[in-house]
Amino acid sequence: MNLLDIIGPVMVGPSSSHTAGAVKIGRVSRKLLAEEVKDAQIYFHGSFQATGKGHGTDRAVIAGLLGMAVDDPDIPDSFEIAKSRGMTFTLNGIDLGEAHPNTVKMNLTGVTGRTLEIVAASIGGGQIQIQELDGLSANFSGDYPTLIVHNVDQPGHVTEVASMLAHKSINIATVKLYRDGRGGRAVMVVECDQEVPRESIEWLEHLEGILKVTYLSLAGE
Amino acid sequence: MYKSLEEICQIEKESGKPFWKIVQEDDCREQGITEAESFEQMRRMYQAMQYADEHYDANLKSASGLVGTEGKKMQEAREAGKLLCGEFIGKVMEKALKTSESNACMKRIVAAPTAGSCGVVPAVLLSLQEERGYTEDQMVEALFVAAGIGGVIANRAFLAGAAGGCQAEIGSASAMAAGGVAHLLGGSATEIANAAALALKNLLGLACDPVAGLVEVPCVKRNVMGAVNAMTSADMTMAGIFSKIPPDEVIDAMRAIGRSMHEDLRETSKGGLAATPTGNEIKERMSHLL
Repeated sequence: MNLLDIIGPVMVGPSSSHTAGAVKIGRVSRKLLAEEVKDAQIYFHGSFQATGKGHGTDRAVIAGLLGMAVDDPDIPDSFEIAKSRGMTFTLNGIDLGEAHPNTVKMNLTGVTGRTLEIVAASIGGGQIQIQELDGLSANFSGDYPTLIVHNVDQPGHVTEVASMLAHKSINIATVKLYRDGRGGRAVMVVECDQEVPRESIEWLEHLEGILKVTYLSLAGE
Repeated sequence: MYKSLEEICQIEKESGKPFWKIVQEDDCREQGITEAESFEQMRRMYQAMQYADEHYDANLKSASGLVGTEGKKMQEAREAGKLLCGEFIGKVMEKALKTSESNACMKRIVAAPTAGSCGVVPAVLLSLQEERGYTEDQMVEALFVAAGIGGVIANRAFLAGAAGGCQAEIGSASAMAAGGVAHLLGGSATEIANAAALALKNLLGLACDPVAGLVEVPCVKRNVMGAVNAMTSADMTMAGIFSKIPPDEVIDAMRAIGRSMHEDLRETSKGGLAATPTGNEIKERMSHLL
C-alpha cells in the first residue's frame, strides 16, 4: 500500500470491490486468455450475485474482458460495446459454497478458439485474487507478471522453468505448486519481477510433459 | 507510510520541514521515485477530482434510482440565496453531493480514501481553492497532508466500512480533509494532527449500514456531513481549540470501536438503516433486477 492507495485510485464508481475489482478481474482474465474474447459465460457468487446489479459488477466484468482499465468512462456502456465488437456473453448466478463472497467464475473462449476457465475474487480495495485456472488452484494477485504452467506431475519441470527464468535474468518473486494427485496434473504459479519473453513461453509449451502455459503480462499497464 | 501522527510532528520539530514534505519524502522512499514524480502523481489526483466535479451530470440516476439530481438541487438553492449555511458552506455541501452522486452513477471519481467517501476531500479542497485563490501546488500539498493522515489511520486502524464501519470511511475522509484545510490555513503539524483528531472524534461509532448493500443511501449524504465536519474541525483548531485526547489515541479508539462493532453494522446491510422496513423493501425491489 502506498499514498496513491489512500488518495486514489482514479476509478469509475460506485465500489472499489464490486466495480473496480470486477473490472480488474475481467482485464486480467483477458490477458490470461492472450487474445480477444469471443464468448464469455459468467457466473456470479455471493455478494456479487446479490448486489452486483446495483454496483454495475456485470458491466464492470464485461468492460474488463473488453480490455478497459478501472478508470475508463465507457465502463457503464460495456454491454453495448461488446455487442458492437461481436463479443457474446451470458450472466448467471451460482453457489460456489464457501468461496469468498465476491467471487466470479468464467468460461472464456477467444477468437482463435483458445479457452480458459477462471475463478477469481475481489478481496477489497480493488485488490483481486485469481483463485483457479482450468480447475486447478492458482492464487495470485495479478500485480506481477505471472507464469502459470500446467504439467504432468513428474520430476524436472520446476527445474526447467526455473533455469529458463535464470537464463533470461528474470527474478522469481513467489512460486507456488499444486497438483490434483501424485503423478496427475500439476500446476506451478510463478510471480516474476520482470516480463517473460514470448519465445521463452513458446519454448516451454513445446517441452514434453507440459500441458499448457498461461502468462499474465503487465506490459502496458 | 507513518505509523503515528506524533512521529510526523516530531520530525517537523526536529527538521523544520512541513507535514506535507515529510509525507512526500517517505512516499518517494517507498515507491523509489523522485520528489518531482511523486508531486506530479498527486497533481493528477487533484486534477481528476476537479474533472469529476466539473463533469457532474444531473441527468443521471443510480442503478436503483435512489440517487441522482441532489447536487443540482443544492446548487439551485445556493444560487437562489436560500441557504442558512451561506454561500461557502453551501458550495462545500453541493460539491460533496455532486462527487458522491457521480460515484453512485458510475462516473469517474478519485477514491479518497474509498469510493464511498470520495466526496469529502474534493468538496472541501475545491471549495476552499475557489474561495481563497490558492495555487494548484498548494492544493497538491494539502492532498499530501490528507494522504499522510489516511496512511496513519490505515496503519493503526482501517479505512474500509467492512472492517470498521462508516467511521473508517467518512470519519477517515473527514479527518484527512480537516488536516488538509489546517495546512492551507497555515497550521503546523501539531495543528494539522489536531484538526484530524477533532474531525474523527465527531464521527466515532458511525455504522456502515447501506440500504440494499449499495453505495447510495446513506453514503451520499454522509459525504456532506463529513465535508462540513472537516471545515468546523479546522476552524476550531485554528481558533486554538485542542482535542484533550491525543490524535493517535483517537485513531486507536476508532479501531477499538470498529473491532467491537457488530458485523451487522459493517457493510453487510443486515442492520441500521438497511434493516428498516423501507430499507428491506428497497432491497427486495432491487433483487428483482437480477
